[in-house]
Amino acid sequence: MMIDPRVNVIAKRLVNVKRVIAVSSGKGGVGKSLVASTLALVLKNEGYRVGLFDLDFTSPSTHIILNVPLVAPKEDKGLVPSLACGISYMSLVYFIGENPAPLRGIDVSNVLIELLAITQWGNLDFLIIDMPPGIGDILLDLLRFINRAEFLIVTTGSLLAFETVKKQVVMLCELKTPIIGIMENMQQTPNICCSIEDKTKKLGLPFLGKIVFDPNVESAIGDENKLLNTSIGQTLKHVVKNF
Amino acid sequence: MHEWALAEAILTTAAQIAEVEQLREVTCVTVRLGELQDAELGILKFALNEMKSDLFKNAKFRFLRAKTELSCRACGNHWRFKKEKLDPVTVEAIHFVPEAAHTFIKCPKCGSPDFEISSGRGIWFDSIQGVK
Ligand SMILES: Nc1ncnc2c1ncn2[C@@H]1O[C@H](COP(=O)(O)OP(=O)(O)OP(=O)(O)O)[C@@H](O)[C@H]1O
Ligand SMILES: [Mg+2]
Ligand SMILES: [Zn+2]
Repeated sequence: MMIDPRVNVIAKRLVNVKRVIAVSSGKGGVGKSLVASTLALVLKNEGYRVGLFDLDFTSPSTHIILNVPLVAPKEDKGLVPSLACGISYMSLVYFIGENPAPLRGIDVSNVLIELLAITQWGNLDFLIIDMPPGIGDILLDLLRFINRAEFLIVTTGSLLAFETVKKQVVMLCELKTPIIGIMENMQQTPNICCSIEDKTKKLGLPFLGKIVFDPNVESAIGDENKLLNTSIGQTLKHVVKNF
Repeated sequence: MHEWALAEAILTTAAQIAEVEQLREVTCVTVRLGELQDAELGILKFALNEMKSDLFKNAKFRFLRAKTELSCRACGNHWRFKKEKLDPVTVEAIHFVPEAAHTFIKCPKCGSPDFEISSGRGIWFDSIQGVK
């Protein structure tokens, strides 16, 4: 018979998590990890119980953004995520540190299933997920195992970013996956032809707002208060009012 | 102990299959344990007995140990995983997430981390017996 028992316990691990928000983009390098981490901080400051799960197993960065101490999570009928900046935090880096993780698709799926099966998230208002770019294994597995996940899509003003982002959005729409909306990040000059806001509306999706390019972002990495004061933090404070 | 989480997964799966097969009572559940993950049998058995529902009150839990075979995609080498050669921190990382093996283990012949865990990874549900 040979059945993988882990998948049957995933839903149980998330029963007390009210909402799961995947910060996602078809395109790499558009600011997903910064948006996901800062979103978790903003929601925590609003008084919500928040978790952050880094699913970019091969290129994790949220632990750097939030300066997470790499102490192993506590064992209690599973793994209890450690608190980082008041956020329940889980990442593969707890186990492999800053070493490379050369993982193929099947391994990526296995890591996801294992962590979903053993992590005891407890009561959360929001579980924020930092996604890897694209429409690969993690996106497909997330849709398979957490089909109630809502997507917050990040793009930049570049045509190259938006066209790739659109492919992910089209796929999610076809699957009737809930999409909270699209955010434009790193805005420098007003869009030349048609704005991301217009293009978003053409797709029939809510435009959540634009985050201007902020030179202070780099020096805010690893510092909770500075992150909240960047354009990312400031814009997200308005965005979460509609959550 | 994270074995509890895995024990719960086994019981949930067994209960689901028992329902499909319309079993009134489960008499035996067989589970396969991969050497790589090295789940602690004592804790697993204890957790299963603590958490089991009435459906399993007379059930026996059987465990089959599966040896870990690794095969290198780069050079085709096959080898057996031996935890004795690894330091305790690495063994623990692999215990929680067996794919950590790709970070800490290399093909002994060519040094590649691109190997397949062909058998003996983690916990698998093997079979169930019961009365209808
Ligand atoms: N609003 C902003 N202002 C200035 N720099 C920014 C802004 N947003 C992101 N960046 C910079 O852009 C780079 C990419 O950000 P980040 O790592 O969050 O993107 P990502 O989409 O998660 O990338 P990946 O696809 O690799 O996961 C970082 O160097 C970050 O400092
Ligand atoms: Mg990222
Ligand atoms: Zn080799």
